[in-house]
Order: sequence, then C-alpha cells, then structure tokens
Amino acid sequence: MLTYLAKRILYVLPVALGVSVFCFLLVHIAPGDPLTSVLPPDASQQMQDELRKIYGFDRPLPVQFGLWLWKAVQGDLGTSIATGRPVAAEVWRAVGNTLLIACLATVIGFVLGCFFGFVAGYFRGSFLDKFASMLAVLGVSVPHYWLGMVLVIVFSVQLGWLPPGGAGPGGSAAWKWDWEHVSHMILPAVTMSVIPMGIISRTVRALVADILNQEFVPALRAKGLMDFGVFRHVVKNAAPTALAVMGLQLGYLLGGSILIETVFSWPGTGFLLGNAIFQRDLPLLQGTILVLAMFFVGLNVLVDIVQGLLDPRVRRR
Amino acid sequence: MNPASTSTLLVAMENVTVRFRGAQNVHAVNGVSLTLEPGKVLGILGESGSGKSVTLKTLLRLLPESRTDIGGTVIVDGRDVLALGPQELADYRGRATSMIFQDPMLALDPVYTIGEQIAEAIVRHEKISRKAAMQRALELLQLVRIPSPERRLKAYPHEMSGGMRQRAMIALALAARPKLLLADEPTTALDATVQIQILLLLRQLQRDLGMGVIFVTHDIGVAVEVSDRLAVMYAGQIVETGTVRELISDPQHPYTRGLLAANLHGAKKGERLEAIPGAPPALNEPPSSCSFAPRCKHAEDRCRTGLPPAIVLGEGRIVRCTRAEAELAPA
Repeated sequence: MLTYLAKRILYVLPVALGVSVFCFLLVHIAPGDPLTSVLPPDASQQMQDELRKIYGFDRPLPVQFGLWLWKAVQGDLGTSIATGRPVAAEVWRAVGNTLLIACLATVIGFVLGCFFGFVAGYFRGSFLDKFASMLAVLGVSVPHYWLGMVLVIVFSVQLGWLPPGGAGPGGSAAWKWDWEHVSHMILPAVTMSVIPMGIISRTVRALVADILNQEFVPALRAKGLMDFGVFRHVVKNAAPTALAVMGLQLGYLLGGSILIETVFSWPGTGFLLGNAIFQRDLPLLQGTILVLAMFFVGLNVLVDIVQGLLDPRVRRR
Repeated sequence: MNPASTSTLLVAMENVTVRFRGAQNVHAVNGVSLTLEPGKVLGILGESGSGKSVTLKTLLRLLPESRTDIGGTVIVDGRDVLALGPQELADYRGRATSMIFQDPMLALDPVYTIGEQIAEAIVRHEKISRKAAMQRALELLQLVRIPSPERRLKAYPHEMSGGMRQRAMIALALAARPKLLLADEPTTALDATVQIQILLLLRQLQRDLGMGVIFVTHDIGVAVEVSDRLAVMYAGQIVETGTVRELISDPQHPYTRGLLAANLHGAKKGERLEAIPGAPPALNEPPSSCSFAPRCKHAEDRCRTGLPPAIVLGEGRIVRCTRAEAELAPA
C-alpha cells in the first residue's frame, strides 16, 4: 500500500508541470491583447510599452513562464489587471465559495444517484428501473440555467421559501453557517447536483447489475446470507468505482458552472472565470485555471488512493 | 420405498421437475428421483445441459425464483426444502447443506479477504464473536491443508493460486459444519495435477467429517474416484443409477455405455474413440418419449412413442430403458 501511495503521489509531479504549461500557454494562444481593457483606446505607443514592461509581457514566453511558475509555487499568482488586487486572494475566495456549493451538490448527487442506481440495478427492467433511468437521462440533458431559473421562479418567486441568488447578507466575506446564509446555497447546489446525480445513477446501475450477475452472489446466498448480507457485498464491490466517479464529478463542479453561478449570482470560480475572460484579465485567468487544474489533479490522486484502500485488486497494478 | 427408510435418508428427491420460464421455456429437469444416505457420496454424471447442475442447485433453491417452476418434493435432513420460508431457507443454506462452486475465482467475493468470507458464514449460523470466528476460519484453512494458513486468512482471492482458492472455497463450505456438501464440478476449472489433490482432499474430508456429498461432474474418471454410487443424467432425467462397480462393469443404458466407450481411459493409441452420434435434444417441451432414442442404435418404435419405464434391477439399481426388461426376465 505504501509503495502504491508513493507511486501515485510521484506521478502527480509531471502531470502538474504539464498542466501548468498548458494553463500558461492556453491563455497566450487566445487572441486579444490583455492591455486593451485597462488602457484608454487612444493610449500612445510609449504608454503601451511601459505598461507591457510593468506586467512583464515584453519578455520571451519561456522566461515569462519561468517567472510565473516560480512565483506561483510560492503562492503568488500576480495581480489582476482589471482590479489591481492579488490574484491568489481572489481565486481562493472564489474557490472557497464554489467548494461550498460543489460539495453540497456532489453530496446530493451522490446520495440520490446511488439510491436511484441501486434501485434500478436491483429491479432491472421493472417500472422502477425505467423511472430511475428516465430521471438520470433528464438530469444529464436538462439545461442547467433553465432548471435554475425554473427553481427560482417556483421556490423564490412563487413560494418565497428560498432566496433567488447571492451569497447572503454581507456577501461571501461575511459567510456564516446559519440558515440565512445556508439557504442561499440550496438552489444553486440542487441545480448543480442534477448532472452528477444522473451520471452516478447510471454508473451505479450498471455496476450493481454487473455485480448481481456475478457468480459470487448465488455463492453468498448458498452460505445462508439474506438480502441485507448480500447487499453489503454489493455495496463494497460497487463503492470503489462509484466513489471514483463521484470524485471526478466534484472535480468538474469545482470548475464552477459559469451559467449556474451567473443565474444565482454566486461569487464562485465560474463567476470569476467569466469576468476574467470578458476583461482579458490574463493573470487572473491563468491563476484561476491553474488553481482549478491543481484541485482536479489532487482530487484524482485522492480518488486513486481511496480506490486503493477499498479495492485490494487496484493496489497491485 | 417404505416410510421408515425415507426418514433415515439424508436426501430424498422425488419426481423433481424444473422448468425455466422465458421467451422459450426450458424443461431442464424432468422427473428426477434420487436418494442419498448420510455419509455417502453420490456422483451425478452427465454432459453439459443434462440438468445435473440444475438438480444440484434445486437442493439449495439457488435458481432464480421468479423465472423457475419447481415440482416434486425435495427432502434434505428431514426438511421439506421447497416449502421453506425465506428465513428458514437462509438458515438451511450453508448450515444443513452447503455448496462448492465450479470456479472459485468467480464464486469468492474479490473485495473481501478469505478469512472475512469464512468468518461471515460462521457468524451467520452460530452465536460466536468475530474473533472466535476468525480463529475457526484459521482452523478450517488448516483442515483443508492450505500452506501458511495464517497468511491466507488475510489474503484476497486474487492473491492465491487456483488450487488454493478451491481449498479456501471448501473451507468456506465447511464453515457451519454441514451434513450435506454439494460439489458442482469442483475440479473442472483447475489444472490436472491440482484436480487430483482436490479430489483426494474432498474424499478424505468427507470420510473424516462423515458428510453426505453429491458430486456433479462430466468426467467419468473423477466420478469413479470419489463416488459410492453413480447417477447418469441425460436430458434432465436420470437414465441409470447404481453403485460405481455396477455401472462400470455392467452398464445397462445405451447412453451409459456410450459414455464409457467415449472415455480415453484404456483406449489404445491410434484407435478411434467411439463417440455418441448426434447431440442432446432441445428441452423446450417436456419429453414424451425416450430422449436418447434419436441417438440410440438400439431404438425401437416403442422408444419413440412413449416414455421408457424405470426398471428396478435391484436395490438402488434403476435403468430407464426398455431394453433393460430383458435383464429382468431370467430373475
């Protein structure tokens, strides 16, 4: 197990380096000059050059990358061109906010997805299976922003139970774990949970159906186990893959959904990314993508490790 | 058979039929009657699809209930197996009767250790702590002579060899001290050298523990090695039963003779093996005539028009063939 762990963690280094190169270059490949948004349209050539020098855009790309990476490793992601504030602080706050709703969404999606998946897998071909499958397909295919708006209309406008958007009084800076703040999480999280629910429920259904078809299930019955005893075995067999899928889904959700966060004005990474793109805020864009990508890489490692803990066969590979 | 002798039997199956419902019904078992005395070994011999595994699974009611119709009576150790409720059935499985499966790689749960799986069976049937159950699991692994049993207790199925896995499977089947052990081709998935070890182990455990064993195989050599009595199955029916000696030295049913003739043992090099022509029938309908008649060189008109009678040649010696009537004549 220890060698497995060490191997997994060592694998991260080249991946992380590759990801950072990609993050850096991607933004430079995109057309458009980052300075156009801060400079007046009639700025002189000299002024442009000066500003370019301040931000370091005049140096060759590899040097820019080296400097950027060196600072990034130390936790400095530069300053935002648009706001002049440090990127790291902005990104961390947004990540924290997105993490709140992404985790809640993943938990909702995982619990419901597993429930529907198990029901569908156990009662294959039945009405319940078809109903659960329909929900799953619906979950994956319904447009989020539309669902978000419908939820706002129903629960905020008509029923008045939940706030329609924002992160609560005082914004995300004054976040507290009380109902007033938590109630703001619910609608975006529920909207966000619909995709992982659909994907996890399809995965779990296939897993359960496959496991129930294996010969060890009658063998378990032959030693006298009843439904619950067999269920325990099915769960432990399905858990590694289901958790892996959940981890990856959380990774996707961390990127934040620009659409959902816009609909609910939630100050998360999606919101931040959207702004950074529209304002051509290069350092902010690079920083956000880098942090998100690192989260994704880290999550993958975590998933691998958990999978190794749960499934003895994985450890040997 | 009188009632007194029935009560001392470990297994008494009477006219058992198994039908699988589906787009096409399959009549897998058509009127099987068999008995087993405590501490004896019955070998069921037959080719793939002859209904031997289905017969075995009927004894544990392991067939999918929603798609299966079972008729007749199955009495094991005084219990009417077909009438057991869910709780009684679960208590009966593993405790009174347990089963060794064909491929231990598939029949063991890959994500639990061997020790956990054996202990689970013990805890299920006995009031005993997990720790004590683990100790018993260790003793069982010693009983089936697994090398370094302490280590195997914590091993996962994929970490062991095929022979060791089957030994673990046997230990698991013995966990709750069953009176009847069902073995469904337990050596088919193993290497030839390992097969013999497993057979010898099974035979010795059966003698030491005094279990009744029903052993299903398509390998005559294996069946002869382990069994006291043999039952030959064809198309869901037992066509001939008797002691091993009776069946080998004096086979009556043409199918049994064909099986023996098609065996490699004693064949000379360069000589063609005698195979049984044709293939077993599809079992979409219950048989109304002798199922073997289309492949039988002795078949007569009456074989094709009606079911052959079950002719009792002696104590536990039954043949389902019209030709066996001739045997009766002198007696």
